[in-house]
Amino acid sequence: MNSRIGYIAFNTFREAVRDRVLYNLIAFALLLSGAAILVGEISIDIERLVVVNLGLTAVSLFGVVIAIFIGIGLVSKEIDKRTLYTVLSRPVRRWEFVVGKFFGLTGTLLVNTFVMAVGVLLALLYVTHRFENMDVWVLVALYFIVLQFLIVCALALFFSSFSTPLLSAVFTFALFVIGSLAGDLRGLANITPGVGGWLAAAVAYLVPNFSALNVISQVAHGDAVPGRLILYNSLYALLYATMAIAGAVLIFQRRNLK
Amino acid sequence: MAAIEILDLEKSYLVGFWRKRPKPALRTLRLTIEEGEVFGFLGPNGAGKTTTLKLLMGLVFPTAGTARILGMEMDNPRVKSQIGFLPEQPYFYDHLSPRELLNYYGQLSGVPAKGRSARVEQMLARVGLTDSAGMQLRKFSKGMLQRVGLAQAILHDPKLVFLDEPMSGLDPMGRREVRDLIQQLRHEGKTVFFSTHILSDAEALCDRVGVIHQGELRGVGTVADLTSQTQGKVEIVFYAQKVPVGLTSLGAEATVSGNTVNAVLVEEQQDAALEVLRRERLKLISLTPVRSSLEEYYIQKLGPAEIRKEENRKGASV
Repeated sequence: MNSRIGYIAFNTFREAVRDRVLYNLIAFALLLSGAAILVGEISIDIERLVVVNLGLTAVSLFGVVIAIFIGIGLVSKEIDKRTLYTVLSRPVRRWEFVVGKFFGLTGTLLVNTFVMAVGVLLALLYVTHRFENMDVWVLVALYFIVLQFLIVCALALFFSSFSTPLLSAVFTFALFVIGSLAGDLRGLANITPGVGGWLAAAVAYLVPNFSALNVISQVAHGDAVPGRLILYNSLYALLYATMAIAGAVLIFQRRNLK
Repeated sequence: MAAIEILDLEKSYLVGFWRKRPKPALRTLRLTIEEGEVFGFLGPNGAGKTTTLKLLMGLVFPTAGTARILGMEMDNPRVKSQIGFLPEQPYFYDHLSPRELLNYYGQLSGVPAKGRSARVEQMLARVGLTDSAGMQLRKFSKGMLQRVGLAQAILHDPKLVFLDEPMSGLDPMGRREVRDLIQQLRHEGKTVFFSTHILSDAEALCDRVGVIHQGELRGVGTVADLTSQTQGKVEIVFYAQKVPVGLTSLGAEATVSGNTVNAVLVEEQQDAALEVLRRERLKLISLTPVRSSLEEYYIQKLGPAEIRKEENRKGASV
């Protein structure tokens, strides 16, 4: 990696840590430990199902909220506060700044997700007393959640490169919700005739397909995740995030910093 | 060699609901600044000073024209490693300490890892921040932030330093320190381009100044050249209890203080005025040419009406 991108990424990570973003982990730990204890007392035979479902959904939601709320400010905050002036007046290219910011945020989310993943696994161990072979799919689901974060970060960055933080948050969150329903939207497109069907199909294929990246329910039931899906999802997330970052770079390259 | 060659640089912003109406922020600016020169860019708020600096820094893009910095096109990335920039009212990453910030900027500027820490400490000492080098910037006062700003602008030993209103918001001691720093940079052979609306600073520091108003360069030259354009007056001091009528008819502005009269009039009337004193048998104390200040030149170029308008506009926006 270009060293300047690394420095910008590290500074972004350090900023998030010092702004106490990782404090969300305390809320997560409280939620999960409380749920594990409660589930252990009231559920019979479905402890694993409940803990995996609840744990992974919490990992996903906590991460998406962080990705959106930090992502939307990555560029706009630097313009508003004019911290960008003393960065771009150095030998830093604008694309390096955008990419560095993206890596800084994804790095923050990776650390956050790693700690939350350990929490989920500990809660699982608490209710089931031992790990089983099928628990490896929980790790795959966590990997897919990280892929979701990549896309959400890239989208937040894309919108923040030309829009206000509030609108960027609305756009990104809307895309996350619609993308989570992309599977249903594709189904709707298949059964809707005429222009409506075309329109539904266009939207379904344009929005990020978060539904394909959500295998929480599947792994909670102990079902395997096909290797082909892991490969396709990895390529899809990388391609989608790269396109969004490229869009952000293209817009930011031409932007006047008033 | 010219340090900066600004070649018909122009900037307009599109305003209005449909963003179709161009509003000029800078009109065809052509200006050359030589290496080793301290150049002051003067003008009231909103005159186009910051726009010019932002254009040169690549923060905004020109509508027309270009500029060469240290012999390279201004969008050449290699230029950036040889220039330092202090924005107006600088704001930095407040989660960092000055030491961390300078280290980060040193990394971005390509200061070699070996010796970077020593360079950072040297800069902290130079701006008097060694004692607060570990404190987060969010706890810093405006004056302290300005010092951090100066340190980051010269951290990588640039050949050319751009300072946007470097004395703005500083107390007299802070202003003195910035003045001293600019003098030091001059002695080190650096080129300094700074914008200001504090005329006494420009008068004291600059080899040349440019006056800009409403996006248009109204005049450029050495302070002596510019002020000589408004000269042509003499001050005559003599013993008298009242102003002689003959002197008033020559258009002199006179004041009586005790038993002396102080009269200022245009140079062409000097002989006639002396003739009046001889005729009235008044004893001359002194006759000196009046050196006009940069302020007078500035007011002449901008016009008192325009300055008043500018001040009213500023007052209304507060």
